Amino acid sequence: MMLKLAPIIVVAMIMGPILAGLGGTLLPAFGYLPAIGRNELSFDAWRELWSTPGIGRSVWLSLSTGLLATILSLLCAMGCVATLSHMPGFRRIERALAPLLATPHAALAIGFAFLVAPSGWIARAISPELTGWTRPPALVTLRDPEGISLVLGLMLKETPFLMIMMVSALNQIRYREHMAVALSLGYNRPKAWLVAVFPPLYRQIRLPIYAVLSFSLSVVDVALVLGPGAPAPLAVLVARWFSDYDLALYPRAAAAALLQFVLTIGMIALWRLAEIVTEKMALTWATSGNRPSIAGITLSAACGASLVLAAGSFFSIVGLGLWSVAGDWRFPDAWPDFVTWDVWSRQGSDVLGHAVTTLTVGLAATGLSIAASLAVLESESRFGRRSSSWLSTLLYTPLIVPQIAFVFGLQVLLVWLGIDGLLLTVTYVHALFVLPYLHLAVSDAYHSLDPRFARAARSLGAGPWRVFWRIKVPLLLRPILIASAVGFGVSVAQYLPTLFAGSGRIATLTTEAVTLASGSDRRVLGVYGALQTALPILAYLAALIVPAILFRHRRGLA
Amino acid sequence: MKLGLSLSSVSISIAGKALVPPLSAAIAPGEILTVMGPSGSGKSTLLAYVGGTLDPVFTASGAVMLDGENLTGRPPERRRIGVLFQDDLLFPHLSVAGNLAFGLVSGLTGAARLERIKDALAQADLAGFADHDPPTLSGGQRARVSLLRTLLAEPRALLLDEPFSKLDSVMRDEFRSLVFDHCRKVGLPTILVTHDEKDAVASGGRVVLLCAC
Repeated sequence: MMLKLAPIIVVAMIMGPILAGLGGTLLPAFGYLPAIGRNELSFDAWRELWSTPGIGRSVWLSLSTGLLATILSLLCAMGCVATLSHMPGFRRIERALAPLLATPHAALAIGFAFLVAPSGWIARAISPELTGWTRPPALVTLRDPEGISLVLGLMLKETPFLMIMMVSALNQIRYREHMAVALSLGYNRPKAWLVAVFPPLYRQIRLPIYAVLSFSLSVVDVALVLGPGAPAPLAVLVARWFSDYDLALYPRAAAAALLQFVLTIGMIALWRLAEIVTEKMALTWATSGNRPSIAGITLSAACGASLVLAAGSFFSIVGLGLWSVAGDWRFPDAWPDFVTWDVWSRQGSDVLGHAVTTLTVGLAATGLSIAASLAVLESESRFGRRSSSWLSTLLYTPLIVPQIAFVFGLQVLLVWLGIDGLLLTVTYVHALFVLPYLHLAVSDAYHSLDPRFARAARSLGAGPWRVFWRIKVPLLLRPILIASAVGFGVSVAQYLPTLFAGSGRIATLTTEAVTLASGSDRRVLGVYGALQTALPILAYLAALIVPAILFRHRRGLA
Repeated sequence: MKLGLSLSSVSISIAGKALVPPLSAAIAPGEILTVMGPSGSGKSTLLAYVGGTLDPVFTASGAVMLDGENLTGRPPERRRIGVLFQDDLLFPHLSVAGNLAFGLVSGLTGAARLERIKDALAQADLAGFADHDPPTLSGGQRARVSLLRTLLAEPRALLLDEPFSKLDSVMRDEFRSLVFDHCRKVGLPTILVTHDEKDAVASGGRVVLLCAC
C-alpha cells in the first residue's frame, strides 16, 4: 500500500520544504520575525528595499541577463539541432554533451573567467604577437556592468542542456517523417525544420525552458563569479543580505527574495504569453507558402555561435586543469613554464575533505532520488496513472521556483527544528533538486520500455516485485545509471542549498570554490574547479562502463 | 480436473465506450478458439483481460473460469495462463537458458533445473544454444525459445496474440503446427488472435469475429 501512495508521499516531501520555505520568506517580508521582536504586519521591509541605492538597476540586471541568456541559449540550441540533426552520427551528440551537462555551473564559470579575463588564456594566447600586450590590458572583459560575461557564462551551460533536451524529445515526435514531407513540398531544410519539426518539439521541452529561464533570472553562484558587483543582480543582493550576520537586514532580504520570486513567476507567465503570440505569427508565416526564407542564415549563425560556445566550454574546463598544475605562468606566455603537483599536494587534505563531503552528499541524494523516482513510476504503472499524472508534474516544482526565494525560509525552519547543518539535511535538500532532473530522464526511459516484457514475465508466474527487480531494473539499468550521473552532477553543483541547509558548516567543493573565487590564487581555484568537474564526469563514465561490462554479451542492450 | 477455459459475458470498455461486446465462450482442453477482427477491435485487449494484464485505463466485467476456478481479479502470475506475443519478447539481458530459467516453474533446483532446460532445448532442435544471446538466433529459433519459455512455466491455458504474423511463410507453417500440436497433445485450452485466415483454418476450431464498431 505504501507503493500506491508513493506519488503523494514524494510530492509532499518536495512541496513541504518549498512551501514552508516560501512561507518563511513571506512572513519576515511583511514584518513577522519574532527573533528580532517584530511580529506585526508592516511594509517597512519593502520601503527599506525600495530605498536601497541601485535597487532598480539590480532588478533590471536580473531581468535583462536572465532573459537574454535564455533566448540566446534557446536560439543556439535550435540552430545546432536544426542544422546538424540530419547528419549521420548526430545521435552520438547526446553522449558528447552529457559530460558537459554534468559539469557544475560554478566550475564552468570559474574556468570561463580564467579564459576571458584580461589576463586570461585568450589574451595570453594572442599576446604579444597580435596585440602587443606585455601586461594584462585595462579592459573590462569580466564582471562587466552590463552583465555580458554573465550571459555568456550562463549560455555555456544552458545551450547544451537545451540541446540535449531537444535531442531526446526528437525521439518522441516523428520528426523524420515530418521533415521528409516538408522537404518534398519544396521547403528548404531550415524552414522545413522550423515549420514542421520545431512546434511539436517545443511542446516537449517547454518545462526545461521554463527551468532555464527561472535559473537564469535568479542565479547566484555564476553571478558571483561572472556577474557585475556594484550593483549586483537582485538574487546576489538577496544572498549577500541573508548571509550577513545582521538580523536587522533579514526583513529587507526576505522582501527582495519575494520580489525575486514574483519577478520569476511573472517572467515565466510573460514567456508563455509570448509563446502564444509567436505561435499566431508563426502560423501566418508557415502558411504563407513562401519557400525561400532567411531562416537558414539565422539558424546557421546560431549553430556557429554554439560551436564557439562549445569550444569555450572545452577550453574553460581544460584551463581549470591546466591552472591547477601550472608552475610559473607569466602574463603573455601562452603556456606555463612547467607543470607541478605542488598545489595539489599543498591543498591535498583540505580538498580531500571537501571532496569526500561532496561525494557522500551527492551519492546519497542521488540514491534517494532514484528510489523516489522509480517508486513513483512503478506506482503509476501498477495503479493506473490517471489520477497521478498531474501529481507527478509537481515533482518539477523545484526547477521553477527560484532557490533564493525559499532556501532562507527553509533554513529558518531547519534551525527551529534543530536539524540544520547536518549532512543528512543537506542531502535531503539536494535531493529536492536532483530528483526533478533525474525523473525527467528516468521516466522517459521507463515509459518507452515495451510493456509487453512485463506482461510476458507476469504470465510466466513472476509477481510484480520480481518483474520490477529481475526485468525492469536490468533493462533500464543504462538509462537509470546515466540519469543518476546527471543527478549526481546536479548535487555537486548545488551552491545555495548547501550554504543555507548546511548553515555554513557543511562545505563542498562548490561552496569552497565560489567562496575562493573572489581574489584567490588561480592555482588553488583550478584544483577545486578541476575536481568539481572530474567527479561528475567520472560518475558519467561509470554509468557508461558498468552496463557495457555487465551486458558485454548482450547485443539487445548494446 | 480439466474442464477448459470459459468466458462468461466478458465485456471491455474504455472511457465509457464499449470496445468488446459481451462475449461468452467455452474452450475445451485442446481446443483452439480463434478470434478475428480488424485492428482496434479489441482482440489483444480481450487476451490481456483473460491473462490478467489489462491496463487499468480499461474497465472490464465478466468472469474467466479455468478448470472450474474463477480467475477473475486474480493477478496474472497466479493464473498459470501462458501468453505468446507477436514478438518473441525474449528478455535481452538474459541468455537463452536464462530466459528459460525465468519461465521454468520452481521446484527443481540447481543442476536439475539446468538439465530440464537442456532437455527442452534438445527437444526443440536447439541443443547447444543454452548460453547464446537471444539476438544471435534466427527469427524461427527465437520463436521456439519463446514457446519453450512459456511451456516451462507449465500453463493450464494458452493465449496466442498473433505469434505467427512476423515469421516468413515457411517458418510460419512450421511454428504454427508446432504450437497447435502441442496444445492438442497436452490438452491446453487456447485462444488465438489473428488477422490471417490461414491461422484460423489451421486451428480447425471455432472462429469468433469482433468488429471495430
